[in-house]
Amino acid sequence: MRLGFVVERLLQLVPVLLGVSLVVFLMITLTPGDPVEIMLGNERATPEQAESLRREMGLDLPPHERFVKFVRNALTGNFGRSFFHRRPVAEVIAERLPATMELTIVSMLIALALSIPLGVLAAVKRGSILDRIATVASLIGVSMPGFWLGIMLILLFAVHLGWMPVSGRVDFSHEVPRITGMILLDSLIQGRVDTFLDALHHIIMPAVTLGLAMAALLMRVTRASMIEVLQQDYILFAEAKGLGRARLLMRHALKNALIPTVTVAALETGYLLGGNTIVETVFGWPGLARVIVEGIFSRDYPLVQAGVLVIAVIYVSVNFLADVLYTLLNPRVKL
Amino acid sequence: MTASAAPVEPLLSIRDLEAHFQTQVGLVKAVDGVDIDIFPGECAGVVGESGSGKSVTFLSVLGLVRPPGWIAGGSIRFDGRELTALTRRELRRVRGKEIAMTFQDALTSLNPALTVGSQILEVLREHTPADGARPAEAQALEMLSLVGIPEPAIRMRQYPHEFSGGMRQRIMIAIALACRPKLLIADEPTSALDVTIQAQVLDLLMALRHRLGMTVVLITHDLGLVAEYCTRVIVMYAGQVVEQGPTRSVIDDPAHPYTRGLIGSIPRLSRLGEKIRPIEGQVPELVRLADECRFRARCPVAEARCGARIPMSDLGGGREARCVRPGGRR
Repeated sequence: MRLGFVVERLLQLVPVLLGVSLVVFLMITLTPGDPVEIMLGNERATPEQAESLRREMGLDLPPHERFVKFVRNALTGNFGRSFFHRRPVAEVIAERLPATMELTIVSMLIALALSIPLGVLAAVKRGSILDRIATVASLIGVSMPGFWLGIMLILLFAVHLGWMPVSGRVDFSHEVPRITGMILLDSLIQGRVDTFLDALHHIIMPAVTLGLAMAALLMRVTRASMIEVLQQDYILFAEAKGLGRARLLMRHALKNALIPTVTVAALETGYLLGGNTIVETVFGWPGLARVIVEGIFSRDYPLVQAGVLVIAVIYVSVNFLADVLYTLLNPRVKL
Repeated sequence: MTASAAPVEPLLSIRDLEAHFQTQVGLVKAVDGVDIDIFPGECAGVVGESGSGKSVTFLSVLGLVRPPGWIAGGSIRFDGRELTALTRRELRRVRGKEIAMTFQDALTSLNPALTVGSQILEVLREHTPADGARPAEAQALEMLSLVGIPEPAIRMRQYPHEFSGGMRQRIMIAIALACRPKLLIADEPTSALDVTIQAQVLDLLMALRHRLGMTVVLITHDLGLVAEYCTRVIVMYAGQVVEQGPTRSVIDDPAHPYTRGLIGSIPRLSRLGEKIRPIEGQVPELVRLADECRFRARCPVAEARCGARIPMSDLGGGREARCVRPGGRR
């Protein structure tokens, strides 16, 4: 990989982040509602008290000055204090991001574990009953709304059968000291098997909800590219070499067929890392998306702005990683 | 060595081969009753236009006809075994080990995502027992230098796109010959190459043939290549063999009007100014063929007798032709 490529990508980040910041700032500013009023709520506060609070939060400045101040502070890593949580925004985000990351990773693992074998199988047994079942199932998976599937899973497995917890990441009795913030990982590092199992128990339903929709999409991508690759001359030549079926499929076909799958999976990962508002809300998952939504409701400007910025950085970074991964699979591409 | 040379057992013997394809317009008999013998040590040329069934015939030998095509009948005997009766597993041990095949375009035939080294090593590892006398790496290196790849140890780690067209063709040949097969089927080995590189690759192929004691089937649409490199020629047309015999004698005195047409349509530098005579018309659609000579519609000397199924006639001297009046003789 050329250094120039990395620099180029980093430079691309500048306009993206500036643009995202500006758009978010404008949207927040243009949205009706006053954070001061919301914070003071029903408390009877004098106009003077409200005014002093407004000044304290920097809301007395005109909008353009507020934006410049935000950008200047953000450049030094200072995202301000959350109005609602009354502590640094960075701290709030750092607390919530691992939950979203954990959910994303498990969802993606479920999606890949389902989609790649099924996609390959459907392509190899093209036109068979199995292929048709897989195609119909993936169509259902793609078209099923996440919130509906989530609610159905909760109703069936949590409420009706009582096998699964309704919401949350882990039982309160199982809190572990924080290392990475990802409970599955932290509990493993600290050898807390019971906590690990409890966290796994909690993550299954939200991860399945997200994972199934992605698996459906990825399966279709894998199947289509696998079908195309299987018709290539190099597969015929590899077959003429007397290679076994497994080797032919796994080594010669899959490595080429996975290129589009990886691209789509990376895009989806970036999207998921931004947090899935609906799934996080349905399952009471304390992730990044939910804290941003809460921030929007409480007009917590600094939190929303920083949160969206973090999502943008993650999205661009994941795409960068996807490009790097792409070169590993496809030696013809040089970055 | 020719077919006339006393009773030599053929290495490969194809009889009544039928390979069919189910298509939208109907059943296509891409190979329809083909008989071909390939004798040990010879270099036989198989010529014909696209769609003549030459490639499908030899893909059938390796059991590589892909759906929607299949082998509908016939027998393929190789080195004393009936290949059509082998299980998939047994057939795999023949592919690459005893019969190897190369294809037209090395760029598309080599896997773009795997290094050249791994593509040659895997065929060696597939067919040599784990406790083989020599490590696969050494054999791969030797094979690559044999086909004229400089610095093979470095080149092993490179990908196909890092090689020139001629080099890629050499690599494909190295892979095909890695296990020292008895028979090499080279399907249009030079059609994708520049003319200057063509001769290099074919000369290499012939040198290797002698060195490794291999039998070669050269599938091509270029009769000129056959004239230069093959001792015997098999001419195919519309899914059938229409003529075969020693190259020299077939080219000097073609018995089938199609062969005459092929020879007449080769541009020759030595006869500048002479008009090229293309064969009029096109290869017939291979769907719902009538029981008649398949070349009838394009044949300049067709007559009433051509409306029946034409058998192969033995012309002596190892020559055969599928024509009612071979060589224009009545």
